[in-house]
Amino acid sequence: MSQRKAEISKGVDWLLIWLYVILVSIGILSIFAVTYQEGDPILQSFLSLKTDYSRQLLYFGIGGILAIAILLTDSKFFTATANLWYAFGILLLLLVFPFHTKVKGTESIIRFGGFQLQPAELCKLFVNLALAKYLSRMETDFYKTRSQLIAAAIVLTPAVLSIMQHETGLALVYFSFFLVMFREGLSPMVLIIGFSLAVLVVATLVMDPNTLAIILTAIAAVAIYILRRQIKRHKQVLLLVVGIWAICVGIQRFAVPYAFDHILQPYQVKRIYDTIGKDYVPKDAVAAEEIEKKSAGKKKDDGDYNVKQSKIAIGSGGLTGKGLLKGTQTRYEFVPEQRTDFIFCTIGEGFGFIGSFLLLAIYFLLLMRIITIAERQRSVFSRCYAYGVASVIFFHITINICMTIGLAPVIGIPLPFISYGGTALLTFTILLFILIRLDADRQMVLR
Amino acid sequence: MSVFNQSRSTVIRLIIAGIFLVIIAQLVNLQLISKKYEQLAMDNAVYPKVKYPDRGIIYDRKGKAILNNTIMYDLEVTPSQVKGVDTAYLCQLLDIDTAEFKKRVITAIVKNGRYRPSIFEDLLPPMVHARLEENIFKFPGFALVERPVRTYPFQAAAHILGYIGEADSNIIKRSNNFYRLGDFVGRSGLEQYYESVLMGKRGVEYMIKDNKNRLVGKFENGEFDTAAIAGRNLRTYIDVEVQQLAEKLMTNKVGAVVAIEPKTGGIIAMTSGPHFDPNLLTGPDKQKNFNKLFLDVSSPLLNRAIKGQYPPGSTYKPLGALVALDEGVINSNSGIACSGAYFGCRRPVKCTEKWAGHAANLRLAIAWSCNSFFSQAFRLTVDNPAEGNERKGLTRWHDYLSRFDLGHRTGIDLPSEDGGNVPDTTAYDKEYRGSWNSCTMVTIGIGQDKLLVTPLQMANSICILANKGYFFTPHFVQKIDGETKADTLLNKYRRKNEVLTHISNDTYETVLAGMQDVVDIGTAKVARVPGIAVCAKTGTAENYRVIDGKKTKLKDNSMFVLFAPREDPKIAIAVVVENAGFGATWAGPIASLLMEKYLNDTLRTERLKEVERVASANLMPGWLVREQFKADSIRAYNWFRQTRDTSVIKKFLKPGQVPVIEPPAPKPAPKPDSSQLKKGTAPDSLKKKLPVDVRTTRLHPEAILPKRYSIKAA
Repeated sequence: MSQRKAEISKGVDWLLIWLYVILVSIGILSIFAVTYQEGDPILQSFLSLKTDYSRQLLYFGIGGILAIAILLTDSKFFTATANLWYAFGILLLLLVFPFHTKVKGTESIIRFGGFQLQPAELCKLFVNLALAKYLSRMETDFYKTRSQLIAAAIVLTPAVLSIMQHETGLALVYFSFFLVMFREGLSPMVLIIGFSLAVLVVATLVMDPNTLAIILTAIAAVAIYILRRQIKRHKQVLLLVVGIWAICVGIQRFAVPYAFDHILQPYQVKRIYDTIGKDYVPKDAVAAEEIEKKSAGKKKDDGDYNVKQSKIAIGSGGLTGKGLLKGTQTRYEFVPEQRTDFIFCTIGEGFGFIGSFLLLAIYFLLLMRIITIAERQRSVFSRCYAYGVASVIFFHITINICMTIGLAPVIGIPLPFISYGGTALLTFTILLFILIRLDADRQMVLR
Repeated sequence: MSVFNQSRSTVIRLIIAGIFLVIIAQLVNLQLISKKYEQLAMDNAVYPKVKYPDRGIIYDRKGKAILNNTIMYDLEVTPSQVKGVDTAYLCQLLDIDTAEFKKRVITAIVKNGRYRPSIFEDLLPPMVHARLEENIFKFPGFALVERPVRTYPFQAAAHILGYIGEADSNIIKRSNNFYRLGDFVGRSGLEQYYESVLMGKRGVEYMIKDNKNRLVGKFENGEFDTAAIAGRNLRTYIDVEVQQLAEKLMTNKVGAVVAIEPKTGGIIAMTSGPHFDPNLLTGPDKQKNFNKLFLDVSSPLLNRAIKGQYPPGSTYKPLGALVALDEGVINSNSGIACSGAYFGCRRPVKCTEKWAGHAANLRLAIAWSCNSFFSQAFRLTVDNPAEGNERKGLTRWHDYLSRFDLGHRTGIDLPSEDGGNVPDTTAYDKEYRGSWNSCTMVTIGIGQDKLLVTPLQMANSICILANKGYFFTPHFVQKIDGETKADTLLNKYRRKNEVLTHISNDTYETVLAGMQDVVDIGTAKVARVPGIAVCAKTGTAENYRVIDGKKTKLKDNSMFVLFAPREDPKIAIAVVVENAGFGATWAGPIASLLMEKYLNDTLRTERLKEVERVASANLMPGWLVREQFKADSIRAYNWFRQTRDTSVIKKFLKPGQVPVIEPPAPKPAPKPDSSQLKKGTAPDSLKKKLPVDVRTTRLHPEAILPKRYSIKAA
């Protein structure tokens, strides 16, 4: 037993563990700042399990136990069971359809007894394992289109299932795995095209359709002019340019309106419009009613109320912030969901620019450390897995913080390690500690 | 294999760094550059609770409070706490039904939210308050809240004191947002003129509120709070007993009374008939009462003492005499042989006295109010050879009248005063294209033609006579409690205006002797009071009015001016009673009674009968009934046109008649004789302010018909 103990700490990356502890502590402190009632005895309420911060402390404890359990596990276990876990995750996601409970408008939660489970949240972990497993297979040649399509299918299957459960936010997370694939050899064109598509979609929303069409045509014309020599030699180039132009106009004219009318929920469309600062007019009474239902119980019915209040909270923090428990925006519940999705407001208001900057610095350090760790792996599996962890955490941070400062639409995904919520904290803990475990065995070649 | 893609880790690092830089840039923008968010957060969380100070009290000259504060109660409701309320009982107490109850609770939620108290019913009548106070424990979520209210203990001086009302958007704009919606401000009278003194200084208590608008504590422990400073009191010249007597005497009369202390310019009493109890405009029914008063064509809200412009008639004659004497065109021995008319011009000017010798000299001419004499005196003034021509003569006369403070606003401490009219050469040049002479406007000599004065100006000009040449601008307020150098409001009332002091004492004595004779031997023997030397002048002024589209000559206005005692003037009074006949019949007794009351502090017992006789006389002009009917029926028709609600219009229809709407030129179908209504001469005073349509939309149908519908013809 004593030998085993010595083995636990061997090769473990302590910097990551410290960063993890610091982040979770910041989270508990922030939740405390939001929910602490004036006059409560601090120590007792921390131990009572009746308050949110004491519950988060409990999850921290459970997370610690899980972490130790993971560190005690043989790292081969993860490679061996990766596909099994993935199958299990897909099964859970499918089980949601017959067995889900409706909570706060989502249809993605299974509840047994007092325990709630959101498979879509947990599935990130399994997808990461399965993707790493697939990419590390001897027979996988990732430069082949076929392999790339299989990898994409592994990632996108749970995403599609999540969308079917009306959890678009969680589905978006899976797209972060394309960063892993990029690292493993996916053509940068895919990322560039993806990014261009995003720009095109935003432009479609912001601009007048006809103006945009004219601009696109102009770009195509300029391209043809510049490429006129090549076109003379190869007629295909012209075809290519015209083809790209046709696709862009098609997306702008038909695909985006179709997606907004038929795929996205009306409330999501409204949130997107709110972010870009346009008024959304529901296309029919049903849509209007749905928006109404979604915003029922909130203080005001204008959808950007959350973002407005959140921006006020962060903006009013100034350079140094108002201090712990002094933030009027967060203390008096002007920002909704501030324990969970909008927790960054608490830091922004209470500790100002300095506090926010330090938090971002810690995150940055964490991400850089994970990438460094990834690059020192000898095993492809470990490297892919590490990149997966970095991508998921990075995506969560980006979307969550951008949402609170008004750069992204409101998508309900948590801030890693900080937001209140057991499932999220434990998922991230497991995600991180599997990486630490794999890293501890970096001398081994895992397949 | 993928090992060759090591450079891509750098790309990924750069992507992460790039996104983080974007986030940090936005944080710099929000937290360091943009300054508005701090203020927005304050606006969100800090609620400045305004502490309203008590308004200042207004006292009369003997220290009696004539405008005071009292406490009334509002019933407030906090919707979230309303549980298990005995709704039926509460509704019974408040005399409302359950539907109304629900409506009010919903209104409260819409207005202030569930967690903040809103007013459920304001200004409870004392009886209802007493019953609620006993039973309030049965109504969780409801509370009785004190509210300071203005009260007028003597039910007097409505026109002087004015009333307060909620600040509307105009007032707020004009005050540079000093006032806020829901603030009470003086809307007329002294309440408005001395608003800055009476209102005091608002205090602010900064409270912290949460997202549901509940107040959860003090902001920064009250470090920024300011205390409310009560408004300062006003000490006035008003004698409330004289004021009450004046109002009693003016009951059921249209007209005005002004009594001034000549030595100070302090106004002892001022009333306008018809008047109303100022308490009607405080308390729970204030809006209903206001509508009623507003729609009454006899305009009870109008202060005729400063806004009524009348031809002064014979009350002008003492001034005319003084001007003529000072110009040297007549002397005390000048006389005229009058046999009942003045024939100096093409059209004869009638005189009421026919017997020979009633205008043998100036004194007699004033005493008997000889029209011939004063027509001649005026012509002599205008045609004064010393001035050269009638143009210069009229200008000279105009200058004299201006010195009597006529033809422009006196500057009294009440808002919206009118200035009257003293015509000058331009007025006649315009009308007669420059070709006129002293005969054109000869009736100015007997206070007619274009000459118009307000009762206040009449009284003030008598003060100048009584003071022999000087006056103080008429005003109510003697001093402000706790007055400092910064209070400039009263400065102009303390300046002595020596306008006509250059005229010799003898000249004044000549005129005053004539005025005393008016009472002793002349037209106003009714005004005689034993032991007091009274100087007075009666007046009987012709007046016209457009009724049903025709210019109609109405019964003469009864006018009277006096001051007393002659040696040491203590009071100067001007009285106008519209359409009441001779000056000595109604206006004279009113002035005389007020003077006696003021000088002797009481009335002789035999005079009480006179008080009753005057007070009980109903002199409301007969045309008011007609105008009221027209105004009401037009309003009823417009209401019907807009709402299709026939309940109001029914009262104006003949049996069996059906109301019809005939756009676009609405011919008011529902009235007895349509021909006259079509001409549509609604009461001028109301119609000028707003088109009828606009008013009806604002008013509730109940307000359309005043219940009191029995103005009897005089």
